[in-house]
Amino acid sequence: MNSRLADRIATFIFWTGALLVITVLGAMIVYILYHGGKYISWDFLTKPPQVVRAGGGIGPQIFNSFYLLFLSMVFTVPVGLLGGVYLAEYARNNKLTEAIRLSIETLNSLPSIVVGLFGLLVFVNMTGWGYTLISGALALAVINLPLMVRISEESIRGVPDSLREASLALGANHWQTIYRVVLPSAFPGLISGAIITSGRVFGEAAALLFTAGMSSPALDFSQWNIFHPASPLNPFRPAETLAVHIWKVNTEGLIPDLRRVADGSAAVLILVVLGFNLAARWLGRKIYRQMTAA
Amino acid sequence: MAQVKISVSNLNLHYGDFHALKNVNLEVEENQVTALIGPSGCGKSTFLRTLNRMNDLIEGVKVDGEILLDGQNIYRQEEDVVSLRKRIGMVFQRPNPFPMSVYDNIAYGPRIHGTKNKRKLDEIVEKSLRAAVLWDEVQDRLYKSALGLSGGQQQRVCIARLLAVEPEVLLMDEPTSALDPLATMKIEELIQVLKKDYTIIIVTHNMQQAARVSGVTAFFLNGDLIEYGVTESIFTKPTDKRTEDYITGRFG
Ligand SMILES: Nc1ncnc2c1ncn2[C@@H]1O[C@H](COP(=O)(O)OP(=O)(O)OP(=O)(O)O)[C@@H](O)[C@H]1O
Ligand SMILES: [Mg+2]
Repeated sequence: MNSRLADRIATFIFWTGALLVITVLGAMIVYILYHGGKYISWDFLTKPPQVVRAGGGIGPQIFNSFYLLFLSMVFTVPVGLLGGVYLAEYARNNKLTEAIRLSIETLNSLPSIVVGLFGLLVFVNMTGWGYTLISGALALAVINLPLMVRISEESIRGVPDSLREASLALGANHWQTIYRVVLPSAFPGLISGAIITSGRVFGEAAALLFTAGMSSPALDFSQWNIFHPASPLNPFRPAETLAVHIWKVNTEGLIPDLRRVADGSAAVLILVVLGFNLAARWLGRKIYRQMTAA
Repeated sequence: MAQVKISVSNLNLHYGDFHALKNVNLEVEENQVTALIGPSGCGKSTFLRTLNRMNDLIEGVKVDGEILLDGQNIYRQEEDVVSLRKRIGMVFQRPNPFPMSVYDNIAYGPRIHGTKNKRKLDEIVEKSLRAAVLWDEVQDRLYKSALGLSGGQQQRVCIARLLAVEPEVLLMDEPTSALDPLATMKIEELIQVLKKDYTIIIVTHNMQQAARVSGVTAFFLNGDLIEYGVTESIFTKPTDKRTEDYITGRFG
């Protein structure tokens, strides 16, 4: 067998593999959108759900999902970024660093239901908060931190050493160099990373069942006092997210239009996650272009 | 004989077990252009980087000997590396402007060192760009990214960025090796202008360049400083056989 033939065969195999993955993913997305897309309407997106009657919407669930995501990012981004900076800029090759990396890897491979139960013990019971948005946000942060740390580290490592040297040679110290040169240069990667991690937890359900809870109080969207129990912004209220809602409707829903709500919600969910990923690419590229081109 | 700016004595540098600079002794004159030549891997960059202590950043580097800057040993215990690097600036082989606007690139050093006043910064930026003979080319795109400039312009941005912190010594590690002949010529002209106010040490692989821009030339080989002296005599009547072989292109 000559090498040209081998090359052809290898190329063919890789193409088939890639095609297979794309087909499976594409089929799933098309299937979900086909079944759910037709139910998406303004009413569906804004109305509160019904318990026993038909015609409910998913308005509060959508709001909860975004708000919970925002809260969890408030923890994830700074902590993940600091971890990434530490690993990329300060950590030496020693036992401590190895231990940190091992912990991150382990954390990353924890099943989310385990994180949920951990959250129940720590963020719900030990803190005495009960099922709250904040407990859910912390559980999501636990799930997301490893990825955020890794993406931060990679973006920071991706900044060429020549820029660090240029800064140091001008008399900047290490911290000034990180803060003024490295982080701005890593910014496009960091933004994409943050958005991608957002997409990943937006669809998370298992970790939230026992932390943010499976119910929402009746929300009063005109109540902006964040300590009021009916305020949508109150972080110490329980909150059912979209993904949890899908799970709940499917398992114990009493409404007659169960399929409509479940399929419609799934379609909304997948559209949002798709949106996150597209936004991440678009924004990262845009910022990169702005920083590099004329 | 002009004033001595930097005086190197018995300088040795090890990368781990590797002996990269062997007992180097050298005096650099003020307001002079000193060229470092020698085959690849002979330690030119290493030597240059001992002068602003950039080698400190590499793990496992051991330096001994003395380097006096205006009579003060820069390797003494209490030396402040940050202010040393303000006094001895460096231009790298590849232009490495920050991914920021031209203005922010030039203002970077002054800002780091505490200049906040906008008018003062404007002044410094214009003065540095003029000194780097770049002002006319970039004055109407000061607020656009420096990465949009040509390679030669980028290198002059780097030089201007350096001038903005008002160093006394400029270290240049093959500053034109990534540039085309025209851009190279501009940098060489610039070096001629700058030598009035600065002490310049330039590494180059280009013999003609060394002959054109420098007043003193030092020839390195395998970590040894073989010979140094007035450029003209190094190129016309070298005292060491190895120097002659190198400059006539018989090896390296
Ligand atoms: N970080 C390092 N660790 C170990 N050895 C190094 C390191 N940097 C350089 N060296 C070695 O030290 C010697 C001198 O390197 P240096 O970069 O100073 O050479 P140079 O004269 O600048 O060469 P060139 O003309 O190719 O730039 C080389 O043998 C190189 O392999
Ligand atoms: Mg070199």
